[in-house]
Amino acid sequence: MSSTVTPVKEESAQLIGLMAEFEDVTSVFAATEKVRDAGFKNFDVHAPFPIHHIDRAMGMKPTKLPWIALCGGLIGLTFGASLVYFSNAITPEGAPVSLQGYQFLISGKPLFSLPANIPILFETTILFTAFAIVLGMLRLNNLPMHYNPLFKSDRFRRATQDKFFIVIDADDDQFDKDKTQQFLFDAGAEAIEEVWD
Amino acid sequence: MTTMTRESSFPELPDPDAVRNSMGGIDSPEIDNTSDDPRQRAPLVTGDNDFASVTEKVTQLALFPIKKTPKAWWVAFAAALFLLALLKFTIVYLLVTGTGIWGNNTPVSWGFPIVNFVFWVGIGHAGTLISAILFLFRQNWRTSINRFAEAMTIFAVMCAGLFPALHVGRAWFAYWLFPIPNQMAMWPQMRSPLLWDVFAVSTYATVSILFWYVGMIPDLATLRDRATSKTSQVLYGIFSLGWNGSSRHWVRFERAYLLLAAIATPLVLSVHSVVSFDFAVAQLPGWHTTIFPPYFVAGAVFGGFAMVITLAVPARQFFGLKEIITMRHLENMAKVMLATGLIVSYAYATEFFVAWYSGHHYEQFVFMNRPMGSLKWAFWTMFLCNVCGPQFMWFKALRNNLWVLMFSAMCVNVGMWFERFVITVTSLHRDFLPSSWATFVPTKIDYLMLLGSFGLFFTMFLLFLRFLPAVAMAEVKSVLPQAHPHHHGDDHSSSHGDGHDGGTKDGEAH
Repeated sequence: MSSTVTPVKEESAQLIGLMAEFEDVTSVFAATEKVRDAGFKNFDVHAPFPIHHIDRAMGMKPTKLPWIALCGGLIGLTFGASLVYFSNAITPEGAPVSLQGYQFLISGKPLFSLPANIPILFETTILFTAFAIVLGMLRLNNLPMHYNPLFKSDRFRRATQDKFFIVIDADDDQFDKDKTQQFLFDAGAEAIEEVWD
Repeated sequence: MTTMTRESSFPELPDPDAVRNSMGGIDSPEIDNTSDDPRQRAPLVTGDNDFASVTEKVTQLALFPIKKTPKAWWVAFAAALFLLALLKFTIVYLLVTGTGIWGNNTPVSWGFPIVNFVFWVGIGHAGTLISAILFLFRQNWRTSINRFAEAMTIFAVMCAGLFPALHVGRAWFAYWLFPIPNQMAMWPQMRSPLLWDVFAVSTYATVSILFWYVGMIPDLATLRDRATSKTSQVLYGIFSLGWNGSSRHWVRFERAYLLLAAIATPLVLSVHSVVSFDFAVAQLPGWHTTIFPPYFVAGAVFGGFAMVITLAVPARQFFGLKEIITMRHLENMAKVMLATGLIVSYAYATEFFVAWYSGHHYEQFVFMNRPMGSLKWAFWTMFLCNVCGPQFMWFKALRNNLWVLMFSAMCVNVGMWFERFVITVTSLHRDFLPSSWATFVPTKIDYLMLLGSFGLFFTMFLLFLRFLPAVAMAEVKSVLPQAHPHHHGDDHSSSHGDGHDGGTKDGEAH
């Protein structure tokens, strides 16, 4: 590791934001509240683990992920119900052979009875919900995103290990390079780096 | 000026060799954190650990250069690979020869393959219990063991899935189990428990993999950021999806994790219930009982916890994880094993009582035949291992003795396999008509395949231990005392009060 940090800076490089490093949870939490109260909107707090109540300190709105999960579950339930119905209970008029389904007549039992089909409906509901949750979470988080100007900083590698970072984006209305730098320093930052892309 | 800093130099990343040298090896002392004194909260991680040391201890397992891999790992891996080769050999032999190489024969058409299937799918349940149900109950001690318990689940389900796929006879037609549109107009019977099983186990496998992988993304990012070789950086980089520790991401991540736990909980209960329907929906005495779903689920958790202990004790011993997987974790798992063992024992007693009380003489015969018939050795092995084996766990001194703990866990591993053997085979080999009775004789291939499935399980598990984050680092860090903003003083008390919520509104008004 080198002892000086020179941000990668090309001719066309643009200032993306300022990255401030913090030593512990207490200081980053306090600084986050200051950033929020100063009216910044486009900023983020990077931490190696979820900090309790950081969403409130950042002024975040609740995520809509539960609604996505619910939709996934309902789609799964509908899919399961259609699957059991169309594959065992009816033959759609004029359907191609490969989609006709097969009607099992066993001991005169009805072709469609809800209790006997509940396990399938349950499993497809769970399966689709799980995919909705995972894909929804990744989508809302804009992941996968393998290119990120923050990764150019060696210092930032510790954001997934033991250090805490506040990054204020340059496109925030309140952003002013020198003032924001001083503001972050006053808020208790250990070190501040410019992020260029 | 591009950089403002209070420090004179950029902090060096810790040297992995120094970390490894300071790490607790096999001979390092055990720290007792099993006290039940309510005045003191027992530490979840012992020793003088902080975010950096937890990161080091966990990542060094995955980031050892290949040459520096511990010898114990190579020995275990060689043994596992040998067994895996055995499995491959027996599968090829089976595919070219046919199912006649097994001991399965009328009336015992469900021999070892189904016994092994139920055994392995049951093992998986402890992983989901730890990762989902204990999460919902806010049992923070789970953080140290949930990752590898989940890995165990996935590998156990892989072993489980193998057997029914082979048991269908013509394994290359196993895809007929799935509702795929086809020119033969052939569809599965959706009201059959065997098909429910296909859906339950494949959903379980899929959801477990999603849950495991999602939980691992932040830890893969930690590995990416600590990796020194290009290959590891690229590979961990790809699979960590560009995770950067953003708190906006963390909030959604945590919500996703909670939701996954909430759906995995009914799922895990449903999976072994559905497996038990394979038996309970049949008319056969000894199978046709309503106690099966809860009895199977309890048995699955029981056997699964025994397997978690079996894996955790050597893993923490040989890989320097004694301070993260502490004595208290083992103690808690021993207690869960004892409790579920008692439920299983109670279920055994209930089965016998109901057989007697039903006045159904076929049922009564089956339950007399189990402890006294030709397969009584299997019944008594099961009884000794499952009912007596865990009883040592009543005593703290024995629970905290790793040899006794391992002995109990091994008893349960053996006992739970025999339980499935007893259920499957003793009911089938003596059914209603004495003229159709027969003796079940397993062949050598049956035994070799069972042994080989352990090869698959341990190969996968050892690869996991070696190359992936074996402990959920981010979660362990979040339960360290340093993770709470109030730890260093109470200067943020206002932030959780009313004034704070007002601040949130102001923030949104812009």
